Amino acid sequence: MSQALNDSETPNPAEAVERASLGALTQIGRKVNSFFDYIGGITALAGETASTIGKLRIRFAETVNQCYLLGYQSLIIVLLTSLFTGMVFSLESAVQAVQYGFGGFVGGIVSYTNVRELGPMLTAVVVAGRVCAAIAAELGSMVVTEQVEALQSLGLAPVRFLVVPRVLALMIMLPLLTVFADVIGVMGGEWIAHAQAHIAYNDFMSSARQTIGFEDVVKGLFKSVIFGIIIALVGAYQGLTTTGGAAGVGKSTTSAVVICIILIFIVNFMMSYFLYGGG
Amino acid sequence: MPNVIAKLDGVSLSYGDRNVLRNCSMDIYEGVITCIIGMSGAGKSTILRLLDGLRKPELGHVYVRGEDICHMRESELIEMRTKIGFAFQFAALFDSMTVGDNVALPLREHTSLTEDEIREVVIHTLDSVGLAHTYDNMPSELSGGMLKRAGFARAVVTNPDLVLYDEPTTGLDPIVTHLLTDTIKRLRQQLNATAVVISHDLQSIYMMADYVAMLFEGAIIEYGTVEDIQKSVNPIVQQFLTGSEVGPIPI
Repeated sequence: MSQALNDSETPNPAEAVERASLGALTQIGRKVNSFFDYIGGITALAGETASTIGKLRIRFAETVNQCYLLGYQSLIIVLLTSLFTGMVFSLESAVQAVQYGFGGFVGGIVSYTNVRELGPMLTAVVVAGRVCAAIAAELGSMVVTEQVEALQSLGLAPVRFLVVPRVLALMIMLPLLTVFADVIGVMGGEWIAHAQAHIAYNDFMSSARQTIGFEDVVKGLFKSVIFGIIIALVGAYQGLTTTGGAAGVGKSTTSAVVICIILIFIVNFMMSYFLYGGG
Repeated sequence: MPNVIAKLDGVSLSYGDRNVLRNCSMDIYEGVITCIIGMSGAGKSTILRLLDGLRKPELGHVYVRGEDICHMRESELIEMRTKIGFAFQFAALFDSMTVGDNVALPLREHTSLTEDEIREVVIHTLDSVGLAHTYDNMPSELSGGMLKRAGFARAVVTNPDLVLYDEPTTGLDPIVTHLLTDTIKRLRQQLNATAVVISHDLQSIYMMADYVAMLFEGAIIEYGTVEDIQKSVNPIVQQFLTGSEVGPIPI
């Protein structure tokens, strides 16, 4: 009897394969579905944010506060990472460049990469690590403690209250941080080029001036504005869609940073391709 | 019978695979305190969120002051919510603001009062719940009972005509429970507003309720005055009121 029961419960191999295939297809379907859900959700959030900013329904005091919290408080970490990145880049390139007779180009190479790529992207990645996590954690905690519902129940729109000030703050502060990162990165590179490869400060700077144009700086800062929007929106979206209490907040925070950094790398490639004439 | 201020009409709602409300209908009468009782997880808090437009039903309609709020745009819902107060289970005060700023927030956003006038209204409202001295305190400095009262103050500061209380006495000692129950009754009289209260606390329900609705398995199975509920012959209601482990309610 029990043997018969076991036999009836055991599917034949063809059925097992079919079930496994269906299971795998279901999984893939769910992943695809949740991917498009995510894209749809974040696009809707971006649209509502843009519409609120367009109608000038902005909380200025809160935006200034967020500029301080998200931007100014990231200054030290941005300066340190940019300084050492500029220094290591110069360290790796200056000595070899001098050996091959290209010492006069080191200033140009260091500043070119800093202003166009490393400055905006590294600043964005560093700020994303600090700020995107903070936004997701703060808004996630507000969701699980019903504070976001409380805002809605008071007739206040969470996007206007929570998202817009953060987006604006990062749109303003990330380019400013990038300017500091560019300057300190080039200065670090200049110092190491002088100390290790005996390249004169004047030679370094004149090479930099010849290589970098105003347009490069503007394009680098434009990238920063886009990165600022990405960091704020991803952090806010992950926070506002938090479910599952404290564990959910932790999960949202981690996902926010991972998604944000991946997006920064992808978008950076796309923008470099189009801005610098890759096509 | 008083007028109906809000109404659930054949509402169904599920969270994932779990059906929370199934074809649930009930009327909320104007100017009275209606308490909703039921087992934990029965969907009581969901009813409050439906009435405030924070959730939309999958089936059925929710009417507030005669208007179907299920098809309202967000801007219309925002306008509607300014006339509804919502006191959350854990108060949900904003951590980053003082108690005074929490209570002042809806006034700053929805009225043209000056800062001096807002301060006066906020202190008066906080005083009505016995918390005038906490104006400059942060929410983290208040006890559980004080937090709930501050939440009440924020919910009623705009003089709403419908106030929703989500488990106002849960987890509090009997004295504070009595105080909060009294506060709900007094606020209803002061505002001349309708109150809907979710509670498990039968003593406090008997003290304040004009009507009681019992929610079970997603539907209202009994609705009447306190006396009607106490005399109900429905074995589910009787088991709930007596707190017996034996009966038709699956545990």
